[in-house]
Amino acid sequence: MTAHRLASGGLVDRGASLDFKFDGRAMKGFAGDTLASALLANDQLLVGRSFKYHRPRGIVTAGPSEPNALVTIGRGASSDPNTKATVAELYSGLDARSQNRFPSLKYDIGAVNGLLSPFLGAGFYYKTFMWPAAFWEKVYEPIIRKAAGLGRAVLERDSESYEKCWAHCDLLVIGAGPTGLMAALVAGRAGLRVILADEDFRPGGSLLAETMSINGVSAQALTETSLAELRSLPNVTIMPRTTIFGWYDDNVFGAVERVQKHVAMPQAKIPVERLWRIAAKRALLASGAEERPLVFGGNDKPGVMMAGAMRTYANRFGVGAGKSVAIFTNGGAGYRAAADLAAHGMEIAVIIDSRSDAADVAPDGVRVIPSASVINTKGRQRISGVVVERSGFEETIACDAIGMSGGWNPIIHLACQRGAKAVWSPELQTFLAPDVGSGLIVAGAAAGHYTLAGCLKDGTDKAAAIAADLGFSAVAEAQPVVDGEIAPSFTALWYSPGAKAKAFVDFQNDVHVKDIGLALREGFGHVEHAKRYTTNGMATDQGKLSGINATGLLAGMQGISPASVGTTTFRPFYTPVTFGALAGTSRDEHAAPVRKSPLYGWAQKNGAVFVDSGLWYRPAWFARDGEKTWRESTDREVLSVRQNVGLCDVSTLGKIEIFGPDAAEFLNRLYCNPFLKLPVGKARYGLMLREDGMVYDDGTTSRLSPEHFFMTTTTALAGGVMSHMEYCAQVHWPDLKVRFCSSTDQWAQMAIAGPKARLVMQALVEDDISDAAFPLLAAGVVTLKGGLNARLFRISFSGELAYELAVPAGAGEAVADAIMQEGRAHGICAYGLEALNVLRIEKGHVTHAEFDGRVTPDDAGFGRMVSALKPDFIGKRLSTRFGLTAADRMQMVGLKPVEPDKHIRAGAHLLREGAKPSTLNDQGYVSSACFSPTLGHDIALAFLKSGRERYGERIVVWDKLAGAEAVAEVCTPVFVDPGNAKLNA
Amino acid sequence: MASLIHCPHCGVRPKEEFSIRGDASLVRPDPEASDEAWHEYVHIRANPRGRYLEHWQHVAGCRRWLVVERDTFTHQVFSVTDGAAAARGTSR
Amino acid sequence: MRYSAFSIVKNALTGNVNWKPAWRQPEPKPYYDVIIVGGGGHGLATAYYLAKEFGLKNIAVVEKGYLGSGNVGRNTTIVRSNYMLPGNEPFYEFSMKLWEGMEQELNYNAMLSQRGIINLYHNDSQRDAYIRRGNAMWMEGVPAELLDRAALKKMLPFLNFDHARFPIMGGLLQKRGGTARHDAVAWGYARAADRLGVDLIQNCEVTGIRRENGVVTGVETSKGFIGCGKLGLAAAGNTSRVGEMADLKLPIESHVLQAFVTEGLKPAIDHVITYGAGHFYISQSDKGGLVFGAEIDGYNSYAQRGNLATVEHVMEEGVMMIPGLSRVRVLRSWGGVMDMSMDGSPIISHTPIDNLYLNCGWCYGGFKATPASGWCFAHLIARDETHPVARFLRLDRFERGYPIDEHGAGPQPNLH
Repeated sequence: MTAHRLASGGLVDRGASLDFKFDGRAMKGFAGDTLASALLANDQLLVGRSFKYHRPRGIVTAGPSEPNALVTIGRGASSDPNTKATVAELYSGLDARSQNRFPSLKYDIGAVNGLLSPFLGAGFYYKTFMWPAAFWEKVYEPIIRKAAGLGRAVLERDSESYEKCWAHCDLLVIGAGPTGLMAALVAGRAGLRVILADEDFRPGGSLLAETMSINGVSAQALTETSLAELRSLPNVTIMPRTTIFGWYDDNVFGAVERVQKHVAMPQAKIPVERLWRIAAKRALLASGAEERPLVFGGNDKPGVMMAGAMRTYANRFGVGAGKSVAIFTNGGAGYRAAADLAAHGMEIAVIIDSRSDAADVAPDGVRVIPSASVINTKGRQRISGVVVERSGFEETIACDAIGMSGGWNPIIHLACQRGAKAVWSPELQTFLAPDVGSGLIVAGAAAGHYTLAGCLKDGTDKAAAIAADLGFSAVAEAQPVVDGEIAPSFTALWYSPGAKAKAFVDFQNDVHVKDIGLALREGFGHVEHAKRYTTNGMATDQGKLSGINATGLLAGMQGISPASVGTTTFRPFYTPVTFGALAGTSRDEHAAPVRKSPLYGWAQKNGAVFVDSGLWYRPAWFARDGEKTWRESTDREVLSVRQNVGLCDVSTLGKIEIFGPDAAEFLNRLYCNPFLKLPVGKARYGLMLREDGMVYDDGTTSRLSPEHFFMTTTTALAGGVMSHMEYCAQVHWPDLKVRFCSSTDQWAQMAIAGPKARLVMQALVEDDISDAAFPLLAAGVVTLKGGLNARLFRISFSGELAYELAVPAGAGEAVADAIMQEGRAHGICAYGLEALNVLRIEKGHVTHAEFDGRVTPDDAGFGRMVSALKPDFIGKRLSTRFGLTAADRMQMVGLKPVEPDKHIRAGAHLLREGAKPSTLNDQGYVSSACFSPTLGHDIALAFLKSGRERYGERIVVWDKLAGAEAVAEVCTPVFVDPGNAKLNA
Repeated sequence: MASLIHCPHCGVRPKEEFSIRGDASLVRPDPEASDEAWHEYVHIRANPRGRYLEHWQHVAGCRRWLVVERDTFTHQVFSVTDGAAAARGTSR
Repeated sequence: MRYSAFSIVKNALTGNVNWKPAWRQPEPKPYYDVIIVGGGGHGLATAYYLAKEFGLKNIAVVEKGYLGSGNVGRNTTIVRSNYMLPGNEPFYEFSMKLWEGMEQELNYNAMLSQRGIINLYHNDSQRDAYIRRGNAMWMEGVPAELLDRAALKKMLPFLNFDHARFPIMGGLLQKRGGTARHDAVAWGYARAADRLGVDLIQNCEVTGIRRENGVVTGVETSKGFIGCGKLGLAAAGNTSRVGEMADLKLPIESHVLQAFVTEGLKPAIDHVITYGAGHFYISQSDKGGLVFGAEIDGYNSYAQRGNLATVEHVMEEGVMMIPGLSRVRVLRSWGGVMDMSMDGSPIISHTPIDNLYLNCGWCYGGFKATPASGWCFAHLIARDETHPVARFLRLDRFERGYPIDEHGAGPQPNLH
């Protein structure tokens, strides 16, 4: 028995026993334990294996910087790999497993890597595994890859829920230790809106493990009264279990609150984690300081722990890390730990002090060896002794745990996340945060104030200054008096000389002193190079323990100041954050909004099979009884439109109402073709270019009155066109009197197409819509029988006699029903996107399959539409560039297979007959293709170099991806009704 | 910038409500301007490290185009102006 | 010192104290025949090929920070040659072939891992675009496969097949695509270039470009003036700033792209996978971290850090694509400054100034291009003529109307 539960003491609830499991073994802990403290209480020293050498490892810290004690908690889809036992709150039923070991934690085959370590030094990968060439991927990499990682991610659907919130405050206090508590009190009393966030489940920070008293009351009592007062202030919010992980622009902080990570069965209606974006006028970083490990031979074995962590386990959790503890220190903190452990009845085997002239006082009867170094440790999976060297003499001292204290590293991670470099303080022998402006003020131990009194004062003072700065008046606080404070000064020790075993710097990644030396020797002495070459600081703890020691070692080896070496870059996240928390509710079917047309219900009852199209669900085809494939339905729909009449929902088209005396002028500048003289009551096809001369979007725009136009855009670019128009109106031509608004959702719009379209529509419309009264491209307001006003347009995408009818969205379904009812006698059918697509390909009409952003109007056969007369329009000037007018540009053509049973697929490329496939010989590609039920064979639209000159040529349609080739004849892209007789009927 | 934008019409709003187009110092040339001027307008960017004028649209708010003046290195925002007002020269 | 099995054993047995520096730390000479500005992947590769393939002897690379401190050390390490347009595909395939022989050539293991890259598609028009792209690859002799939903389900069972807002229909696979260890690429080229006598001068910031009679004669640097015969710029996100020193006006915007890595996990994702209903891409490194990213933050930036809104968006896409990522913890995020061009494609080109050559505009895609970029830039500098596979990547293509626009998004960099 080494580690054990102390007979008394600690903030655990000894009345609330909790059952948990580690690697299947049943154990008991108390409410208030972390998994780590409970494991120690059960004398479970060995908790994990290191990454590279699979060395046995134990708990090193009592907080979020833990490199070793990573476990998987939970089972199946609810398992959380790489969870730090030192922050995991114990609950009844917690099921933890160790990681990176096979077959078991105690007997791990991977440990053989340790024997090979001379061959596996820093950067060894880069120098080897190159012979023979093919072996890397076939032999070496699979072996290395198998060894990768620590925990296992199951990648199964997570059934738990997450959410996101915004919060706003005057002051965000990060850390509820002595500094943060005082700051929150001062600011809260002054009336600031305060958020006090702490990553621990129990606020209090170092006060929870403090044995000194403040103004005569215990640190724990001070914590409780402070928290009680803060809870009573309505302007203060205390957020425990909340980690501030990132500092972003405009003083927005990212935080994750672990709402239900500490319960066995999370409640379904509450998220397990909640992401907070906290917009703070000011923030106070009171994150404390991290105790610095010492780098000595054998420093990585289970039982070697930070001295401060031992103190925390004893004072806060009532757990002794060992029965007989050796302390290795370079400063006062080691003595403080020794005193507290001794007070709990643990034996202090020895204090080994690297300094020669320490003024610190050891507990009564404890031997102190000054000017000494630890060169090795005894034991394998447990410590049995420490080997000390002083003045050339070695001595082995029996002990079962070693507490190390190498000084302090202020936790300045957040302050350095935005590019500011940490500043070396020669006095404090550590890196401090630079001045990062008034948005984030660093206070307390994070600012290098290592005494409790100093922290209490600094928190008070800085909060008062912030309050004053924000215009609040803070009440001056009396300076608290701390009894029995020990000055925690230290003399930096980067390396305990004379190591007789590997002296580790980064425990998890197995980086030891010689690796750092090798990096330096090979020219990787820059702190970033050293990190990347050795992997020091790249483990899950991101160098919280190892980073500054690596800097110190690099400095020491070169005989320069750590100031010249600097630190590696601090980046989000302060501690790792789950995908789930950052993604929030945006997942699965709810990942994006669903848009449904006003005719969705109509389509549904007519048997629509829907397909997602952007955010919309649109009918793809309408299956009828007996139709087994989409093709059967589509072919029927196409033929029915060509022979009779069909109804198609086109409500998803972007619809924009444009008003104003300059509306016509605006459209004239927006489109490449003229709009100034479009008569009232007429629709016109319009082509919009980008400023670089390529086609952006197309659609029809109708003039409903002299100052009112109605535009339709493609479904895909409805939003884009609207923004583009707003940009043109507001930025380019702010003096034009034009206004517009989107009415996409206000109108149900349907296309009624086919030779019998007029028959059907005339029965429903009061107005005369004969060809004479309502010819092709007529547009206007009509009255439906029953009195409803609607907009009617004589426009056609299918090439048939066709109308588009727009009615208020709420009336859509009723009107569509009425049309279907009226059309039944004429053989009407509902048709979907598939049929729409076939119809338009047959007619040679384009979509974004053709207008893919690389196509000019002329490429698609619209060259003559582009106005040469207009002085200006978007895209005019750059459309005349050489490359956009070159003769060998790809032009849109039609293709039909020479053998009618051959198929053509969109995406196939084109080759001259007999030409070898090569990029150089590539003649173009198929943009759209389909089976034409009207013609009885496949047809396609394609872009072919100088295509319009090549009608009649035979060309190879090359679809290597499908292993298919077909010979096709190049033809005009209009396959049906080239004379527009049907259109004008 | 880029966490919060102070829309002159809607107040402080999160970045997610906006879309970004690019350099707002460029002015669309006169139709008669040289090819060179047009090429530069469409393709050439000063791309400064430091103060920069950029067009943002408050798409999920007032839908106005805004001129955001900010630092491309520190991301500090100096001003946000309505784009039409800026184009007319009536602001700033 | 050549790396071999023998050298590893020998050094291991002698305590690893005899390894030599991977490269020298030279002081700048007064004059070089060629100076390359930028000690990232492209600059180092250029210097290496200038010396190795084009026989130049007196070459320097000047780098304001440490070697490989730019985007070569902060990307998502993806290697592929699955482009659609004739201006790009031959170039990237040339690059892929160089990747495939790089380790032996450089005597440095960059851990090229051809695990296969799969681009998912979610609707018919995306499928058609991928068919067009796959066939364009085959035209260049690059194998590609179109996978249907059933095949994907077998290969990648962890994808969201059952509850997706945008259901997965299939994917385009390039088996030769994969990843490489990014830092090692920079170090491998640096070491190999050094061994051929190239001076790699770190902590040497260019502060001015000296011209006499319109011809570049050297660079002012933080280590003083260094003369040169020819000057090549390979400064990525800082291209505009360096170009400005020679009054170059460039079609470039600098944007920040964030990238991410998770905690180390046992192997779970074998391929590089890209999401078609967003811009998300992910792979797993040989150390076990899932490496991923998505789109740029959207605003011009020279800061190597991004914002939370984009971070959240990236994670949303990740969980949409792979629901089981939900409980995986993201360890670190970082930002790189991208030299976004006006058409999303790179520039390897002469400039209007004699003896000044330009390599920029890599947008998201610079890492995979590293070897070909170096080779073609070296070809251009050494022979004063463009390499055939890079002949479309000219600076004047915008003015002349020959953009290479894979996304069809037009001249707005944040859309590429």
